[in-house]
Amino acid sequence: MGDLYKEYMDKLPARVMQELKEYLPGSVSQSKLRQVLDKTVEEYEESKAAPGECIGNVSAESIGEPGTQMTLNTFHFAGVAEMNVTVGLPRIIEILDGRKELSTPSMEIYLNKPYSQGKDIKKLALSVKETLFNDIAVEFLINIVDLSITIVLDRGQMKSVGLIPSTVVNAMKKQTKGYIVKADSNEIILKSRSKDVNLNNLYNTKEKLKKVHLKGIKGVKQVLPVKRGDEFMIITAGSNLKEILRLDFVDSSRTVTNNVFEIANVLGIEAARQAIINEVFGVIENQGLNVDIRHIMLVADTMCTTSVIKGITRYGVVSEKSSVLARASFETPIKHIINAALVGEIDFLESVVENIMINQPVPVGTGLPTLVTKVK
Amino acid sequence: MSEVYLNNKLAGEVDNPQEIVEQFREQRRKGEISPNANIFFNELTKDVYVETQKGRARRPLIVVKDGRPLITEEHLKKLEKDEMQWQDLLQEGLIEYLDAGEEENCYVAFIEDQLTPDHTHLEISPLSMLGLTASLVPYGNFNQSTRLNAGAKNQKQAVGFYAANFSVRMDMDVNLLHYPQKPIVQTMMHDIWNFDQHAAGQNIVVAIMSYKGYNMEDAIVLNRGSLDRGFGRSTYYRPSLAEELRYAGGLVDEISIPDKDVKGYKSEKDYRFLEGDGIIYPEAVVREGDVIIGKTSPPRFLSSLDEYSIASSTRRESSVALRHGEKGIIDFVLITENEEGNRLIQVRVRDPRTPEIGDKFTSRHGQKGVVGLIVPAEDMPFSSSGITPDIIFSPHGIPSRMTIAHLIELLGGKVGALSGRYINGTTFDAEPEDALRKELLNLGFKENGMETFYNGETGERMVAQIYAGNMYYLKLKHMVANKLHSRARGPIQLLTRQPTEGRAKEGGLRLGEMEKDTFIAHGASLLLKERFDSDRTIVPVCEECGLIAVSDEFRNRSYCPLCGDTVEINNIDISYAFKLILDEFKSLGIYPKLQLESKY
Repeated sequence: MGDLYKEYMDKLPARVMQELKEYLPGSVSQSKLRQVLDKTVEEYEESKAAPGECIGNVSAESIGEPGTQMTLNTFHFAGVAEMNVTVGLPRIIEILDGRKELSTPSMEIYLNKPYSQGKDIKKLALSVKETLFNDIAVEFLINIVDLSITIVLDRGQMKSVGLIPSTVVNAMKKQTKGYIVKADSNEIILKSRSKDVNLNNLYNTKEKLKKVHLKGIKGVKQVLPVKRGDEFMIITAGSNLKEILRLDFVDSSRTVTNNVFEIANVLGIEAARQAIINEVFGVIENQGLNVDIRHIMLVADTMCTTSVIKGITRYGVVSEKSSVLARASFETPIKHIINAALVGEIDFLESVVENIMINQPVPVGTGLPTLVTKVK
Repeated sequence: MSEVYLNNKLAGEVDNPQEIVEQFREQRRKGEISPNANIFFNELTKDVYVETQKGRARRPLIVVKDGRPLITEEHLKKLEKDEMQWQDLLQEGLIEYLDAGEEENCYVAFIEDQLTPDHTHLEISPLSMLGLTASLVPYGNFNQSTRLNAGAKNQKQAVGFYAANFSVRMDMDVNLLHYPQKPIVQTMMHDIWNFDQHAAGQNIVVAIMSYKGYNMEDAIVLNRGSLDRGFGRSTYYRPSLAEELRYAGGLVDEISIPDKDVKGYKSEKDYRFLEGDGIIYPEAVVREGDVIIGKTSPPRFLSSLDEYSIASSTRRESSVALRHGEKGIIDFVLITENEEGNRLIQVRVRDPRTPEIGDKFTSRHGQKGVVGLIVPAEDMPFSSSGITPDIIFSPHGIPSRMTIAHLIELLGGKVGALSGRYINGTTFDAEPEDALRKELLNLGFKENGMETFYNGETGERMVAQIYAGNMYYLKLKHMVANKLHSRARGPIQLLTRQPTEGRAKEGGLRLGEMEKDTFIAHGASLLLKERFDSDRTIVPVCEECGLIAVSDEFRNRSYCPLCGDTVEINNIDISYAFKLILDEFKSLGIYPKLQLESKY
């Protein structure tokens, strides 16, 4: 039995083989099994894309057509979820354009046992959340007469995030070299050591102080402990995968961010490819649309083949096209033509768009086969 | 302290805004303040706004005091006897116009029965909420508001009787309905507006059923017999115009039959309808291309008119001919002068139009549809009393659109037609449906408006009862004859050599970017090339320099302007648009060098 499976190992993908093994009863006869396997191979070969099939175009249409229905529904779904995350068409555009700055970065942090059972969940969530100096201060006062800054601290807030004044002052001191720091129970007074300090300077220092990082993970602006299924986890607004994965209570094998660039940096390009697929497919499923995942895989592959994430834009994958005419036909034609003229680029007219421009058969489908024999 | 704004500019402050506002209104009703001013007290901000500017939307309401309208029976009697006018009511403060702001301070009763001591105003009629066309929709309060709007909009496009002096008018793009009728089911507005003097539709028999699938997706099936009897017939009028313009140097256009040696002379056949004065005669039956007004213009460039040339030979043909796809009969010829004193000729062409497949019809409830089939009268289904419907309307148009008024009008029309009277269908104030049903029963028909129908072809009785009755139908001005368009060969653009765009220019239908993608996705590469062959050109290319060469057809040789005729020159098959972009590159100082290679 095992031998027969081994024989077909090269003809069928591992996934299909595994599924076959799972679904076929162990008692199946040798000849029946061969019949099943042969039929499977036949079906598998049948479902492969034929040479010259324009898969990119088919993918584009398959994603684009349902995409037109998406725009309308987008508004209804926004804001329903527990946290305000970009969904729908804007999110897909964001991913496919390869934007580095997301409009709503967010993470889903899975936890190790026993924390995933709910132990200290609030405390953990709070420990992850970033606390800036601004968050614990009631007000920043600039005294114009003696050129000093007075900061009134919010004791209640400090207590709730677990900070004591001394740590605050210590963290602050690094940022405020050249200032004398005087602290009492709920006030910190800063005064410059040097004489030639002006108001502008003081103001800049004040603004800098507001952003002093005190506690938690940088970039995690908001945390929300939730129960998903029978497991506790933390959802965040703001993302910092690298630092989060370092925490020992975090299940690093499942924790994800919606920032694909971060994934590419921390986990590598293959992980980023998968992340793109998951994110785009998630949105499409969420909208109740039916798009085959292979179309999205193709797009993700295209974006990731150069080992850096490239968006489907004129700066991204389109700029990789080898044909000048093809590039020029997609946004900013003048730029491409001037650059091509400067270096004397040659267009070999090997792809679709160029051939449409000069009205020649395009090298896909029926336009692909040519005579092998030289006519002389 | 409350701030007072006059026309949105701060005017001052008052301590007792409520009192001021009340006093203002009293004085306005007494005629001490202009009835055109409005006052509004904002209860949130406690500000007072006085508005006197033009451009505010205002509407009249009856003033109510202590739960009683100020207009009494006495006033109504006086109005009837013409002893009182609208203006008097306004001056006496019985009626006042409110703007959007002042309305906020008021409590308006819908009908008199609903009045309470709290009310400040009463609607003159609930109908006054609606605009003109919306109030022409019968039983409008039974329709969904979007359908009411659609119905109102459709009526504006109806073909009707727009002006009694149409025969001496030269309006552009006019449609005239041949036998306009007054609707059986009408509203108060039909009387007020003298709708019977410029009616825009016809009362016909409608059956709500399907017919062989030819009325699906909003299509309607028409009875040929009804068309033969004149249903939906209209005439389309379109004037053409020519002027004898004066040019610099004393040159003028000349309206006459052009000489044969004129530049751009068509053919003798095209000028055959012109009389001696160069103008067509009335009642001539013309088709596309036929010249209506013969005209010649002086040469375009005066410099070419030197002493050696013969003036007449350089004149240009500039006649007015019937446009592509048009036909008709010459209706009216007008010879006059324009403002500058130039001779002006206007010729009106008339084209009678019987309804055909593709023409658009609608009821007054936004239930528009296009004719899907015209059935001979003998094949139409008929009722047990022998009635054949004029239109078969699909029942699938009803549930999703919820146009209940469409159904009630059908019932009302039936009652009206049978009892010989007009039915009042005024929105909010119509004859109740129950009464109509009872009357229908008394007239010997089924109370619910259903009738037994028989298949017109086989004579079989239909299993289902069919809801049938009379309705007012409108023919809309969108007729296929004005829209039908196709092209195989035709004019091309000068610059790109691609087909022109649009029906007026006999243009092609563009195979756009997305359509192109579908061809690619199917791998139909060669079919795609054929589709884009519209600007195909064969261009000689110099193998030496890679630029476009010259082919001299007379001497049967090709040469390159740069490299001479000793180099190899080959013809390539490209789109003219590509040749054009190569030329544009050259004009930018970019050298687009073509390297030819054998494809095989």
